[in-house]
This record gives sequence, structure tokens and C-alpha cells, in this order.
Amino acid sequence: MGMTMTEKIFARHAGLETVTPGQLIKCRLDLVLGNDITAPPAIKEFDRIGKPVFDKDKIALVPDHFTPNKDIKSAEMAKAMREFAKKHAITHYFEVGRMGIEHVLLPEVGLVAPGELIIGADSHTCTYGALGAFATGVGSTDMGAAMATGDTWFKVPSSIKVELTGKLPRWVGGKDVVLTLIGMIGVDGARYQSLEFTGEGVGQLTMTDRLTIANMAIEAGAKNGIFPVDAITKAYVEPRVKRPYTAVSADPDAHYERTISIDLSKLTPVVALPHLPENVKPVSEMAVTTIDQVVIGSCTNGRIEDLAQAAEIFAGHEVHPNVRAIIIPGSQAVYLEAMAKGYIEIFIKAGAVVSTPTCGPCLGGHMGILAAGERAVATTNRNFRGRMGHVDSEIYLAGPAVAAASAILGRIAAPGEVSA
Amino acid sequence: MIIQGKVWHYGDNVDTDVIIPARYLNTADPKELAVHCMEDIDPTFAGKVKPGDLIVAGRNFGCGSSREHAPVAIKACGVPCIIAASFARIFYRNAINIGLPLIELGEAAAEIKAGDSLKVDLALGQVENVTSGKTYRVQPLPGFIRDIAAAGGLINYVKGEKA
Repeated sequence: MGMTMTEKIFARHAGLETVTPGQLIKCRLDLVLGNDITAPPAIKEFDRIGKPVFDKDKIALVPDHFTPNKDIKSAEMAKAMREFAKKHAITHYFEVGRMGIEHVLLPEVGLVAPGELIIGADSHTCTYGALGAFATGVGSTDMGAAMATGDTWFKVPSSIKVELTGKLPRWVGGKDVVLTLIGMIGVDGARYQSLEFTGEGVGQLTMTDRLTIANMAIEAGAKNGIFPVDAITKAYVEPRVKRPYTAVSADPDAHYERTISIDLSKLTPVVALPHLPENVKPVSEMAVTTIDQVVIGSCTNGRIEDLAQAAEIFAGHEVHPNVRAIIIPGSQAVYLEAMAKGYIEIFIKAGAVVSTPTCGPCLGGHMGILAAGERAVATTNRNFRGRMGHVDSEIYLAGPAVAAASAILGRIAAPGEVSA
Repeated sequence: MIIQGKVWHYGDNVDTDVIIPARYLNTADPKELAVHCMEDIDPTFAGKVKPGDLIVAGRNFGCGSSREHAPVAIKACGVPCIIAASFARIFYRNAINIGLPLIELGEAAAEIKAGDSLKVDLALGQVENVTSGKTYRVQPLPGFIRDIAAAGGLINYVKGEKA
């Protein structure tokens, strides 16, 4: 029987002809990632093993969560990671000033290629499936062991086929696609499984849309989300990746547990209501919901096309007097491009704050924490209770167009409601 | 090993943000994390949990962030084992890797109530609800996942492999 993309990548990295769902395998790794929260405990576990790093070129360390450091304890953690990177001559350590949000940064600098197998001590590592890689989140102990051994164990997941058709209407983006999907199947609808996106609709999605969709596969409980490798992938990867890589494609007779069909042309802007990403509702059906804060950024929606959408809506408008709007470019390159294109000036003139790249408010770290009773619209990925601050605050997840429109109108709003 | 303790009961989709909120992730010290364990879902838990008490929950326990601080905090509270209808996959890996046993009980998990007294025999693969008198069989862990658990976690397992 044929194999899915994920099964093919697993087989190749396990040195096997074929693999089947449920099989336990050991795979060699092309990249091991950690950040300033997860790497310090991983380093402690690594040190207990007492071996050198398996490959100094295949470990990426990105201080992005509590950086630029918000307090003394987080500075100590960043210092521990920095010293480890120096001691082991880690090639891909990204200091503050050069770093970005890890899942925006790594594909951007060519550390992800089609067909590769990547683990990261961060749940949104699944983002890289957009490039046709297998990538999944793990914990610190897995990261620590993998830095020593260069391999890890997996249970081969069964796969769900997500068949995309049609073309997205104006102001509807990758975030609306993935929130709609999570609304359909629930936050554990793909638990332990692989989400494999396919169909002619894929060709209508930009790389930014795909990165946003794969990023939130974890929010449906999935092990990974993966996209086919096409001309759009190659156009993105070729200027960035200089090493050889082998892309895979699914066999025509690959087995899928089930198929979910989404007609992109029928989608509308949506939000996910507190406190689960599956509580999805079209913006057009929302009662008047006033807001206190808007966050545009994160590993989900911090790329240049996301900022372009927001800038188009903000241009000539002002942030509502009751709203704090916080805009966070996902990397220094995104920041520079947003400046060159005039987006940063539009944001600041509109009355928004523009921050250096950081995960910051998404996980309630810093740079925009909510008080009790406050409500935010955020282009981030989780609206769990207390995620962005006080346990009695609320997060509505949305794409950048809805977030920008909401910032201007002071309530949850569709992009079309803001006059041109 | 036989575990006996009182049940702390929670519902579906308990996420790692409520198990250990990110505002406390500027440390990885298990003792410091334990003080805030379950704070955003049950502020009474950390102050009242007794070593040997068990957590029983619904579907998809430990969903969300990959933070290993979540099972570390629970283990540091003295909870010897978590029982749930199902677990999110990263949490599952992390708990096995740090030597915290998990029991996936499916729909039967809903029959266990807060305050029930449980007796868990991990070697035998059995959960006995002393309060209700019901006994449940547990599926053994497969292949080398069992070996990792038996070694007390992934690092011991990897060190054993090297030897």
C-alpha cells in the first residue's frame, strides 16, 4: 500500500522501506530547536547524558519568548542558553537583535527544507509542515536527549486528508481556513494524527497562508500538519536553502483515516471565542463585542503579508480611543521590510505600538498583558483561560484583517466594515 | 508499585497554560513550579494536594503548549500518576520522559469522582476505585515506551543504551 507524505519522511529517516500507522520507530533528525523557556531545562537533561552535541549545525536556539528579557529570572535563563551555545559552538544561535519569533525565523533563514524531519521544544514547531517537512513539538527532555543522540522515537500517526478546493475571497486568509477547520473537528479532532492538506485549493494559498495553517495543526491536537511541495514552495525555498534536500509526495493509494473537504471560496472572516480555539463563529454573526486590546503578530500571523493586510486596513484610520493596538513583526527581516514598505509608519500614525520581535503577549509573558475583565482580539494561536494575562480576561482569535478592523472600530469587526 | 490516594477531578481539555501559567515559566525549578500548579483552573489545588493524591480528568488532558514544566509541576506536588479519558500527545511524551506514569482510561474515567479513593497497581495494570468498588484494567504501554517508563524516564533510558 502507498504512503502519505508523513509516512514517507518517517520511513526515510528511520532507514526503512515502509512504515505503517501505530509503528514505533527511531528516526534521525535534521534539526533540533529550543527557545529561552524550553532550552534551559533541556540543557540540564543533556548534561546528565554526558555526551557532546550530535551536530553543532543541526541545533537551533532562539531566545524569543521572554526577550528582550522581562525580568532577572528570564535573563538568567537566556544567559544559560547563550553560554551553552558558546560552549558547544552552536552555529544557529540567534541573539537578541538578530533573532525573530522562532517559527517565523527558521523558514525565513533557510533552516527548513522539504522532506526534512524536525523536532522543536515548542508546540508550534508544526509550522514547518507548510514547506513539506515533518515537524512536531516535543518537551525539554526530548530536546535534551536529541541534542546528544541526533535521533528520537516516534509512533507513526494515522493521517487525515484535508481536501481544499476553490480560492479564498478578499480579506479571508490562512487563519480563517485553520480556525474553520478546528471549528469543524474540535481541539482534539486530530489528536495523535497527521493533517495532510491537499487538493487544487492548495495552489491558491500563499506560503504565508500555509505557514499559518500548519502552525495551528497542534490546536486540533495533531502531531503535524503538512502541505505538498509545489511551485510556490520551491519559489520560497530556493533562494534560502543551499543544502541538498529530497521532497516527498503522497502516493495515490496512500491511506487516510478520513477526508475533510473545505471549499475556500465559501469561507468568511471568523473569530474563535474564549476559551478554546474550536469555538469558531463568523464575524458577521457576532453581537456587538467591545474590546480593550488588539495584538497583531506571533508565530501564527507575524509575517510580512500579515502586516501588509493590517496596514491596508489601518491606512487613513486611527486606533479606537478605547483600544491599545500592539503590532509585533515576527523577525528583523519582516520589521525591515515593513519599514521599507511604509507599514510601520502607517501603524504608528494610526496610534498603534510597534514592538521588536517577541512571543511576548501571546503566552502572557510581557508586552501586553491583560487585566481582569479585559478583552482582546489577537492574531495569536491560543485563547485558553488566562493565556494572555489575568484568569478573568478574554481572548478572541482572528486573522490580521479582522484584528485591524476591530482595533479601529473598538469592537469585533469584519474588514469590510472599515470604510476605504 | 501500588499507589493509593484521593482524587482531584477535572474536565475535558485541561491545557498546560492552566496547569502552569506562563507567568511562572521564568524558572524551571520543580519546587517553585509546584507552588503554582493548576493555579488558573483550581487555585486551591497546590495548597491542599497531599503526596499520593491523584489527578483524574476528561479528554485531551495537557493540550496546548509543549512546556514540560506542566508534568514537572504536577509530579513535584507529589502526584504519583494521572488518569484521564485521553491525553494530548506532547504532554503524554513529556510525562513518560520525566517518569510520571499516565493511565488512559477512555470513557470509564468519567465514572471516577472528586474525592474518590483509588488504588492503582501499575505493574498489574489495574485501577481500583475503593469508594465505588469498581475495578478497571489498563492497557500496557507498547514497546520501548514501556522501556523508557521502566527506566524512570528518557535520560536514564538513553544513558542505559549508551552503556
